[in-house]
Amino acid sequence: MEMVSRKTILKKSLLKTLQSFKMSLPIMIGILLLINLINIVAKGHYSKLFTGNLVLDPLIGALAGSLSFGIPITSYIVGGELLREGVSLLAIAAFIMSWTTVGLTMLPLEAKFLGRRFAVIRNILNFFFAIIISVLVVLTLSFFK
Amino acid sequence: MNKMKKKNRISGSIRFLLIILILYLIVFLFSISVAKEAFLNFLIMFVKIIPILGMVFLIMMLTNLFFTTERIKKHLGEESGWKGWIYAMIAGIIISGPPYILFPLLGELRKGGMKNSLMAVFLYNRNVKIQFLPVMVYYFGLNFTLILSLYIIIFSIFNGQIIGWFLRDRLQGRSSSEE
Repeated sequence: MEMVSRKTILKKSLLKTLQSFKMSLPIMIGILLLINLINIVAKGHYSKLFTGNLVLDPLIGALAGSLSFGIPITSYIVGGELLREGVSLLAIAAFIMSWTTVGLTMLPLEAKFLGRRFAVIRNILNFFFAIIISVLVVLTLSFFK
Repeated sequence: MNKMKKKNRISGSIRFLLIILILYLIVFLFSISVAKEAFLNFLIMFVKIIPILGMVFLIMMLTNLFFTTERIKKHLGEESGWKGWIYAMIAGIIISGPPYILFPLLGELRKGGMKNSLMAVFLYNRNVKIQFLPVMVYYFGLNFTLILSLYIIIFSIFNGQIIGWFLRDRLQGRSSSEE
C-alpha cells in the first residue's frame, strides 16, 4: 500500500517537472539564441558607449549591463578592460551591478516562472539600485583614500 | 477555461521562439556571418548546458518530491520570519547557476508558497559570488570588492522589502489571476 503511494508521488512529481520543462524549453532556447546575437553585436563596442560624463556614464553603464548577459566574471573582465581604457569607476560599478541584477533578455523567462509583475518590478528596481550602489561604492571608496 | 489558458501559455512560449527565429532570419539576410556566428555560439552554449539541464531536472523533481508545501511555507513562506531572510541570503550567495536554471527552480518553490520578497533577496544575493571574488579583487582591488559585496547584501534587504510590499499591496488592492 505504502509502495503504491510512493510510486504515485514519484510519478506525480515526475509529471509535474516534465510539464514545467516542456513549457520553459522554447523560451530557454529563444533566450539563448537572443543572448548570443546581442553578444556578437555588442562585442568590442562597450567602450564607445561611454562619454566621460559623470552623470550620464553610470546611466549608460547600467543600461549596457541590463542588455548584456553572461556569468558575473565576464562583467568583471569587461569592466576591468573599460577601466584601463579610462572609463569612470562609477560607470563600471553600475555596469557590473546591472549585468547580473537586471536581465532584459531574461525577462520573458523570469515572468513565466515568477510572475510578470514580479519580474518587471524587480528589474526596474534593480536598475535604479545599480546606479545608487555604484554612487555609494565610489563615495565610500573615497573615504579610504 | 483552465485548459484554454494552458494552451495560450504554451503557444506563447513557442511564439517567443518563433519571433527570435525570425530575428535571426532578418540578421541572416543582412549579414550571414553574424547570424552564423551567433547560431554556432548558441549551439556550443546549448550543448554545454544540456548536462546542467539534466541536473536541474533532477533537482526540480527532488524539490517537488521532498519540499512539501508545508515545509516551504514554514521556512520560506509568510510565517518564516527573519530566519527566512537569512536562509534566502545565504542560499543566494552559495547557490550558483545562470538565471535560466534558477528561475524554474524558484518557480517550483514559489508554487509551494515561497514569499516574493525572499525570492527577490535570493536573486539579489546571487551577485556576491565567492568563487568569482578573486577576479574582482584582481581588477578592482580588495576595498572595492568588499564594499560592493556589503552594499549588495544590504540592498538585497531593501529589494525584498520593496518587492514584498509592492506585490502584497497589489494583491490586497485587486484580485489577481496572475499571482
